[in-house]
Amino acid sequence: MIHQYKNNGLNIVIDVNSGAIHVVDDIVYDVIEIYEENDRDTIISKLENKYVNEEIIEVLDEIQELIDAKQLFTADEYEPLIKAFNQRQPVVKALCLHIAHDCNLGCMYCFAEEGEYHGRRALMSLEVGMKAIDFVIKNSGSRKNIEIDFFGGEPLMNFDVVKEIVRYGREQEKIHNKLFRFTITTNGVLLDDEIKDFINKEMNNVVLSIDGRKEVNDKMRPTRNKKGSYDLIIDKFIDLAESRNQDKYYVRGTFTHHNTDFSEDVLHLAELGFKQISVEPVVAEDNEDYALKISDLPKLYEEYDKLALEMIKRHGTENDFNFFHYMVDLKQGPCVYKRLSGCGSGTEYLAVTPWGDLYPCHQFVGIDEYLMGNVDDGITRDDIKEEFMGCSVYTKEKCKNCWAKFYCSGGCVANSYKFKGDLNETYDLGCDLQKKRIECAIMIKSSLSQI
Amino acid sequence: MKHVKTINPATLKDTVKKGGCGECQTSCQSACKTSCTVGNQSCENNN
Repeated sequence: MIHQYKNNGLNIVIDVNSGAIHVVDDIVYDVIEIYEENDRDTIISKLENKYVNEEIIEVLDEIQELIDAKQLFTADEYEPLIKAFNQRQPVVKALCLHIAHDCNLGCMYCFAEEGEYHGRRALMSLEVGMKAIDFVIKNSGSRKNIEIDFFGGEPLMNFDVVKEIVRYGREQEKIHNKLFRFTITTNGVLLDDEIKDFINKEMNNVVLSIDGRKEVNDKMRPTRNKKGSYDLIIDKFIDLAESRNQDKYYVRGTFTHHNTDFSEDVLHLAELGFKQISVEPVVAEDNEDYALKISDLPKLYEEYDKLALEMIKRHGTENDFNFFHYMVDLKQGPCVYKRLSGCGSGTEYLAVTPWGDLYPCHQFVGIDEYLMGNVDDGITRDDIKEEFMGCSVYTKEKCKNCWAKFYCSGGCVANSYKFKGDLNETYDLGCDLQKKRIECAIMIKSSLSQI
Repeated sequence: MKHVKTINPATLKDTVKKGGCGECQTSCQSACKTSCTVGNQSCENNN
């Protein structure tokens, strides 16, 4: 399978099944477009009005060379592998701890509905948190690296418990030869120097929620008394990012129909000195006024292009920055098993509610049919685990023939469920944006390699 | 080659041999929480 596109003056050809990426001239681009449906003579006759014959022949020889090197028109040989891979006994290696189902902000787009996840307000007790640590140690087999994310609601509303869970985790990791990588997601309202010092000592990553420009942030991220949150957090976020040497954190925003010019928000954050930036499309029901619409797509594509060009311009200067969705590790990226099986929700990754219930991921919390068990009894619904384990790019009809499948791994199953009621479906607007981001990410790599 | 510059050679098939150890990061933990981007992660198998 081939995906070819033009961006920033480059002709880019992706050989999907091998992962090979080529930048080609116009003749190669045109020949590849008609290569599979035509024989050599037909290709020459179809293009002889545009290019000289000798050049077309030269190009056909180069294409054959790439085919022989298994870098072009390679076959998809992975489907049998995923079947074998799925026979394995999966281990749990990551937990999303819902440390607080409560929040001091009232963000309009929050999938937790102001922190409460369609349920009641609650804080996780230390006892539940310790049981979650015990559960993951017991179920992680021989895996050494275990990730624990403190999530909410707003985790800083229950920070004493966060500290104690970390302390317990550090104690247990020595005993069981594990390595806990803790992360925390926060809106920053309660951030202070003491918390900052603790985060910097213990957290492998920290996600700081802010949408960008003040007016954009304050429209969607108000306090409970309907005031803006930007002024409450911005100086603290700048300070925290600096104190982490501009590494191992993200300022993480959401863009909506109200700010389709979201590249301005990314650049605003960059102007403030942030180097690790993630601004992502809102996932919302169509009836919400802030939901992204199909008609927004041309503008959003334009914004992604604009951002990509700006990043190329800034590359290697003191003003450069990293955009999470443009990160792509072409040489040392994930193995094909990981790419085929996706994010690991419901198998390797589980969410734990404040009262210790287990769900396939944070986005399924509160949906009764996906309650999988609890930290006392472990997973009691193996059928749910198997349903998630059975999901791959080959069980999703739309993914099978999509060029982006090895980059997105079939997308977010929670979004598929939310929009189509089926884990093996796709969230189409999300797919369109994902594909554009992958194209931009590869274009950036290609452009930088030309310099 | 005169007409083609290869930015990335074919690497995907090679990962079949040593892949599947599972020590890599869980994708949703890194930043996103709403969109799955597995391709931007790194392999942690250095063997």
